[in-house]
Amino acid sequence: MRKRLWWVLGLLALTVLLSACSGYKPQNTFDPAGQPAQEQKNLLVPVLWIAAGVFVIVEGGILLISIRYRHRKGRERIPKQIHGNTRLEIGWTIAPALILAVIMVPTVSMIWQLAAVPANAMHVTVQGYQWWWGFQYTDEDMRTAFGDHGPITVADVLVVPAGREVELSLASEGGGAHTTDGIPDHMVIHSFWAPRLFGKQDVVPGRTNHITFSTDQPGVYWGQCAEFCGLQHGRMRFRIAVLDAQRWDAWVKNEKLPGVTPTDTLAKEGMNLFLNGVSSGGQCIACHAVGGTAASATAAPNLTHFAARTHECFAGCDFETFLPDGSPNYAALTAWLQDPNAVKLGAKMPDYDLTPHEIDALMAYLYSLT
Amino acid sequence: MATATVPTRRGGILRRPTATTGFWSWFTTIDHKKIGILYGVTAFTFFIVGGLEALIIRAQLARPDQTLVNAAQYNQIFTMHGLTMIFLFVMPMSAAFFNYLIPLMIGARDVAFPRLNAFSYWVFLMGGLFLYSSWFLGGAPNGGWFGYAPNSTTDPTPGMTFYALGLLITGIASSAGAINLAVTIVNMRAPGMTLFRMPVFVWMGLVVQFLLAFSLPIITVALFEMLFDRRWDTAFFDPTRGGDPILWQHLFWLFGHPEVYILILPAFGIFSEVLPVFSRKPLFGYQFVVFSGIAIGFIGFGVWVHHMYAAGLGPVANTAFGISTAIIAIPTGVKIFNWMATMQGGDLHFDTPMLYSVGGVAMFVIGGLSGVTHSVVPSDYQQTDTYYVVAHFHYVLFGGAVFGLFAGMYYWWPKVFGFRLGEGLGKLQFWLMIIGFNLTFGPMHILGLEGMIRREYTYPAALGLAFWNEVASAGAFLIAISVLVFIINAVRARVRHRPLETDDPWDARTLEWTTSCPPPAYNFETIPVVHTLDEFWHRKYAEDKEGRLVRVPAGASDDAPAPAAGHAIHMPSPSFWPLVAALGLPTLAYGAMYSWWIVGLGALIVVVAFTGWALEPGTAE
Repeated sequence: MRKRLWWVLGLLALTVLLSACSGYKPQNTFDPAGQPAQEQKNLLVPVLWIAAGVFVIVEGGILLISIRYRHRKGRERIPKQIHGNTRLEIGWTIAPALILAVIMVPTVSMIWQLAAVPANAMHVTVQGYQWWWGFQYTDEDMRTAFGDHGPITVADVLVVPAGREVELSLASEGGGAHTTDGIPDHMVIHSFWAPRLFGKQDVVPGRTNHITFSTDQPGVYWGQCAEFCGLQHGRMRFRIAVLDAQRWDAWVKNEKLPGVTPTDTLAKEGMNLFLNGVSSGGQCIACHAVGGTAASATAAPNLTHFAARTHECFAGCDFETFLPDGSPNYAALTAWLQDPNAVKLGAKMPDYDLTPHEIDALMAYLYSLT
Repeated sequence: MATATVPTRRGGILRRPTATTGFWSWFTTIDHKKIGILYGVTAFTFFIVGGLEALIIRAQLARPDQTLVNAAQYNQIFTMHGLTMIFLFVMPMSAAFFNYLIPLMIGARDVAFPRLNAFSYWVFLMGGLFLYSSWFLGGAPNGGWFGYAPNSTTDPTPGMTFYALGLLITGIASSAGAINLAVTIVNMRAPGMTLFRMPVFVWMGLVVQFLLAFSLPIITVALFEMLFDRRWDTAFFDPTRGGDPILWQHLFWLFGHPEVYILILPAFGIFSEVLPVFSRKPLFGYQFVVFSGIAIGFIGFGVWVHHMYAAGLGPVANTAFGISTAIIAIPTGVKIFNWMATMQGGDLHFDTPMLYSVGGVAMFVIGGLSGVTHSVVPSDYQQTDTYYVVAHFHYVLFGGAVFGLFAGMYYWWPKVFGFRLGEGLGKLQFWLMIIGFNLTFGPMHILGLEGMIRREYTYPAALGLAFWNEVASAGAFLIAISVLVFIINAVRARVRHRPLETDDPWDARTLEWTTSCPPPAYNFETIPVVHTLDEFWHRKYAEDKEGRLVRVPAGASDDAPAPAAGHAIHMPSPSFWPLVAALGLPTLAYGAMYSWWIVGLGALIVVVAFTGWALEPGTAE
């Protein structure tokens, strides 16, 4: 009877565990999809097995000793007084030292391996703002075809080709609209991390750190800021879209183009509001840029291709740009434009008291920017 | 019978208070035992507060996308949880044990500087109250206990100014306490108590005081720089004006890592006292345990960069500190094996102190093993700043340090109060605690490996982290119930107040049990003479040639001569001045935030108090 109960309990526990472990987890470090995440996992797993072995030996030992030598009522026993054993103690000093030495050999070699920079990597500068990520493609062949031919610049979603090494340079930027005397305010430490592709590196003001990664598997990978960076640290997310060669070429071609000038009336009105100010006097272009127009500020996300299919999410990847069926996510964008602070406390985007009509017009414009 | 009598002398500003009993005597006491109790009660109160903060955190994170608290509130709560548990609970609770026990364990009548001891306590209390006053004065600290600049120096709320000033105040308390206890241990041991006859707990106390004395100056420098950056627009950590944010990280962790050992070594000391008593065997390899404690103290100053692997210091630094991090696991592992060998072959009495010690060692092993994985630098790029690290340090500091403190509370409760805590409730409390603890922090390993970052106030459902977060939150409430049972146990034991059958309820080994429970103000009627390690045990038992124990007939030992009747023991009188001086420090701190006039007032209080202190008559009139 008791035995059967244990079986039932055991199966129940197993079911719970399995149900908890199943399901796709977009930031699972044990489900790597590229380098160096795969190597980092490969390095950790044997160490975890060694740790598990030590765990079993030590905890098992504690348990066995506790049971075997426990005091039993009525059986008075005065144990033998042992003060120590030098040989034994030297032994259990050397044993862990040897295990650790074994662990440190591959560790040290990989530290140096990860620090090496490959020769023909694609270069992207990652910009950490409070609280969203910007990406600039700094290679010569990634210049835009408009204005002063600056680098392709996007926000929230980093787009890279499959099968190519990408070297990221990490830079901390100021907190957007809030500047004093031209010095960006709230330039803080962030940390860039996409668990399925690479471990994190800090984004430190005044320094440039690097991450090199690559993957053969097209797809969308999640990541987020991992170093506490103020109020909305928990919602400073990004995604990395890895495209196959064909889609990558199309993406680059499109990104080099200036922002679309809409033909639709409502969208045209939105463009006018965007470039010339809204009824409350607020200026979108004080912070935002749209390539090919007068809007060229860099304090907030670059919106040149806001409605490109790869731009899946906006405002620190807090909100989906598109609904699952591919249609615009007007509800989320309306809430954001109405009062950014109401949906994301502390967001640097000001509340411009937009009228419902202005919001509709601005959304029409933004969703025309494919 | 011996009594504490005091000769009289005139002089000084205020009359020296004389009362040693009653409510007000607690404000003027300089008795290390009463100060120890004050430390303990205050620290436990902060433990409750920090625990409530933890419950809010776990309630918020129990499910994805919760809005129980908002981002601003959450950041203050997790910061205050860390600050409270480290600076206002574990450190002062360890200070409570050190204060109460070190003089008793080394056969002294008090600490070296009794008034300074009272000053330490009051300054700690003022620091804690100052930190908590921030909730009502514009917002609590919100930049994490690690306070990384420039986020901490540019945040517009006043919280991190409270952080800098509050930690400076508690730092003064800890520095004064460290010097006091180190001097006490070095100079005031009873005749015959050589360094290597000291209980391991005293040894760990000595190492901790040195760690404090050498690490606190570093954080003091950092905190002043932070204060100046925030209040007077200096640029120590501002890269746009030539400062460097990494400087803060070096200074902070050069303090912060020794701090970890400041938190854990007291518990190691407690394990090393409790395990032999309840195994009825001497500690296996006393010298090994002592030297490994000292080694941890030294190496603890050489591993700080493992908090900063991802900061980009380069492969040379990461290699060096990866190796040093692996090395520090060795002296820690040695202790575990020595404790196991102590239990091996013993006659194990699983009273609550023993349960907490064995449980604490078992939990610390898990924290130690996950700690070893931190030395694997490239994979640590994945784990750092995730819940994996949260799991690791809670296994070390909760499973290790807090379990140790509970073991110590159950073990020395009869010594301090003259009655035991209930065994039944104690065991219930232990099992609730260890189950709740593992439910809370075990799943955090998985959460971290599955990509849950630290310090985020919410997470989207799409990350698939809901299940283990729910488990962790349920576990946290189990811990809360366990703490509640502890409080009930303490209250019930106090109400029942069953006097001890003997002054040696555990058949213990060390000097503090040779005196009455609770001890008289002067601790020992006759200062004991020490002949061996575990002096008290050897007065009770002798070993025959095969190492078997033979009980020494009562009265046969000449080590504890009958007290000489009626002789006077000179004890220092109580004093107002430590409390008055301590009041000056938060005044100075508020002044630094609000007005130079208040600074002046604070300075005046401090100067007057120390003058009065210096001119105080040696004893009461």
